[in-house]
Amino acid sequence: MATIAHDHHAPEGHAHAHEDHDHDHKPAFFQRWFMSTNHKDIGTLYLIFAIMAGVIGGAISGIMRAELAHPGIQYLGYFAELLGTHNPDMNQQLHLWNVLITAHGLIMVFFMVMPAIIGGFGNWFVPIMIGAPDMAFPRMNNISFWLTVAGFCSLLCSAFVPGGTGQGAGIGWTAYAPLSTTGAQGPAVDFAIFSLHLSGAGSIMGAINFITTIFNMRAPGMTLHKMPLFVWSVLVTAFLLLLALPVLAAAITMLLTDRNFHTTFFDPAGGGDPVLFQHLFWFFGHPEVYIMILPGFGIISQIVSTFSRKPVFGYLGMAYAMVAIGVVGFVVWAHHMYTTGLSEDVKMYFTTATMVIAVPTGIKIFSWIATMWGGSLRFTSPMVWAIGFIFLFTVGGVTGVELANGGLDDNLQDTYYVVAHFHYVLSLGAVTSLFAGFYYWFPKMSGRWHSEFLSYVHFAVFFVGVNLLFFPMHFLGMQGQPRRMPDITPAFEHWNQVATLGYKIMAVSMVIWFINIAYAFIAGKKAEGNYWGEGATTLEWTLSSPPPFHQFETVPVIKDEDHH
Amino acid sequence: MVGAARATVGMFDTMSGTKTHDYHILPPDIVPLLTTLGAFTFTTGMVLKMHDMAGGHLVPWAGMALLLACMASWFTKIVNEAHAGDHTPVVQLHQRYGMILFIASEVMFFVGWFWAFFDFSLFPTELSKAIGGQWPPKEMEAVLDAFDLPLLNTLILLCSGTTLTWAHHSLIHGDRSSVIKGLWLTILLGMLFSALQAFEYAHAPFPFGQNTYGSAFYMATGFHGFHVIVGTIFLMVCLFRAYRGHFTPKQHFGFEAAAWYWHFVDVVWLFLYVCIYIWGNWGFPID
Repeated sequence: MATIAHDHHAPEGHAHAHEDHDHDHKPAFFQRWFMSTNHKDIGTLYLIFAIMAGVIGGAISGIMRAELAHPGIQYLGYFAELLGTHNPDMNQQLHLWNVLITAHGLIMVFFMVMPAIIGGFGNWFVPIMIGAPDMAFPRMNNISFWLTVAGFCSLLCSAFVPGGTGQGAGIGWTAYAPLSTTGAQGPAVDFAIFSLHLSGAGSIMGAINFITTIFNMRAPGMTLHKMPLFVWSVLVTAFLLLLALPVLAAAITMLLTDRNFHTTFFDPAGGGDPVLFQHLFWFFGHPEVYIMILPGFGIISQIVSTFSRKPVFGYLGMAYAMVAIGVVGFVVWAHHMYTTGLSEDVKMYFTTATMVIAVPTGIKIFSWIATMWGGSLRFTSPMVWAIGFIFLFTVGGVTGVELANGGLDDNLQDTYYVVAHFHYVLSLGAVTSLFAGFYYWFPKMSGRWHSEFLSYVHFAVFFVGVNLLFFPMHFLGMQGQPRRMPDITPAFEHWNQVATLGYKIMAVSMVIWFINIAYAFIAGKKAEGNYWGEGATTLEWTLSSPPPFHQFETVPVIKDEDHH
Repeated sequence: MVGAARATVGMFDTMSGTKTHDYHILPPDIVPLLTTLGAFTFTTGMVLKMHDMAGGHLVPWAGMALLLACMASWFTKIVNEAHAGDHTPVVQLHQRYGMILFIASEVMFFVGWFWAFFDFSLFPTELSKAIGGQWPPKEMEAVLDAFDLPLLNTLILLCSGTTLTWAHHSLIHGDRSSVIKGLWLTILLGMLFSALQAFEYAHAPFPFGQNTYGSAFYMATGFHGFHVIVGTIFLMVCLFRAYRGHFTPKQHFGFEAAAWYWHFVDVVWLFLYVCIYIWGNWGFPID
């Protein structure tokens, strides 16, 4: 592979000479990080990008928590000035609130969780876990990453141009019409729509890449029923992406033409139907929440199995539970729309179908517990995070069962109860699984140890912080505090102050995390190939830490007795 | 199917540095980043254009030009890699999976447009006087006659499917001149379809943006038309490659991918024709 830059000046022009390929000579900086066709480097790029986006998304929620801590509007004017609105009036300040909730949602969903868990860990470990040297389409892998970055840039652009009442797109991450059509004139919303087009195209290509890789590049002997559960989780996730995202693309294209080319898809004056947008959006949006959590399920299965030193309990049940969640996840979307005037029959169907999902999810929770039962447990930092995940996700899961009830949801729709629910499954579920995966694999990816002590501290502070932050939202929601409002009545002040305190504690835990990463790179001791030892049985543990630039140049053979 | 020799892997394997598998490991490449730049320039330019902002006349076309140039470069690379022997049987299998999955995602894209169409046609609103609770909407004077040009277009597309299959069978039997004839016919039929669609758009008795009928009709058939044009270009590339002798009876996935895509476009049309033109217009005055 002579076009890879070597230390010496390699002759150019014969890109197909594989034979003289020298695996440990990495490309020069620009080629390595801007022209990458290496799944591990692209995974690293995704992780770095997700961390940066997460800091921005997290900072935005800090502004929101500060504003919500007291009745009245305190900080929005200052930040509206900062974004270029001179002497913002109250409407412009309130518009900024909409911009903040929109940006926080879009960034955390599309530019933090998805890039980290699928782009980052998926890219890093799916090929390695199935014994493959790289992804099926290495060049397409690269454009998947860069389109995600382009989408993020488009969203950033939207913050600095007019979006109706003020600067930026204030349409909510759900972009409901007519707020996103006639309710928000100006280029900001179009930038936000194109942001989803760009990152969505990248995700669809990523999904094609993962499915092809998993179906075609498994090492000999690794049947589908021997694949590690993380690979199963990414496979199901990739199908959800492939089938759900194009429907979102159609929906936001309709928004675009309604806004700019006089179509009337969502305009009742021309026969259009605003609720149609919600159907199309949630047909994508509900699979999307499983897209965010399923790879987390996979990570937790690997970790719980490793540190129980036994195979995961009910492997096939665990794999097909994820398939079931993926399939049923496509037919429950209208439980996000109980208050849009659906008929009683439709509400009953969606209530029932939604509750069915509790069955495969329960299979997963109980199988993790059963895996630990009788295991030779080691409470390493990833295991502590994984157990934290199981608890926190279960809390979010049971409030999900409550909200699934159409009758109950009539009262809880658009209250902080819903905010509490989806932050328990995402901020405390998906994000906790991300940290679990991070501590599990960080020495593998970097070759250096983080501090286990700081990891425990990180967990403890994070756990206290996020529970203080999100648990009071259940109370606030039951008392009727509406979502997406920057002002509160004094009656809501107490628990909001507790939540804001929780945010500060959570923010401290992020600082501890960054210190831990810095410690690893400055003073961390070198990690061995299989640093977790007995119990860590998947293929990444057969490689050095970090793995060679191209692993498995000779494909491994999986023997019959090998378990997942 | 991986044909290479294999060995059981041990700790710290891969020190040899010589690959013994049939997968395609690629060198670093700048084209994905440039393609992204083209796409981002195009979308940003479209925002400028739609809001009559500075640069709106130039930026989208610059982005589109970069995007097209990058795609041409990218596909040329793939063709060159095929000639260099990089497309082993397992890599060809990847390409098959990739194309099928891409088409699956395209199907879901059209599901979105059909969803909108059926929402409007099955549940026409009574709140709007223009719609009047009926489909096609009350305010409309006439719709297109499904059994006039649309029927002809249906026959043209179906016919193009058969000429493409003729080309495919000729390819498998190594009859290059028939491959070229079949592809020429398919491309001409595709262009005829696009031309007749353009003619119909120009003479349709209802506008693009006024009510849900025009919205659903033009966007659904318009996206289909766009896919026909893309498919026609795909087939033109195949024709060019057939002249060059790129395809062999054993290895011609570029041709097969174009054929799958064309048949997909064909099937979408049949659904559009039956749902929008025949069922949706049933009993309404025609133009």
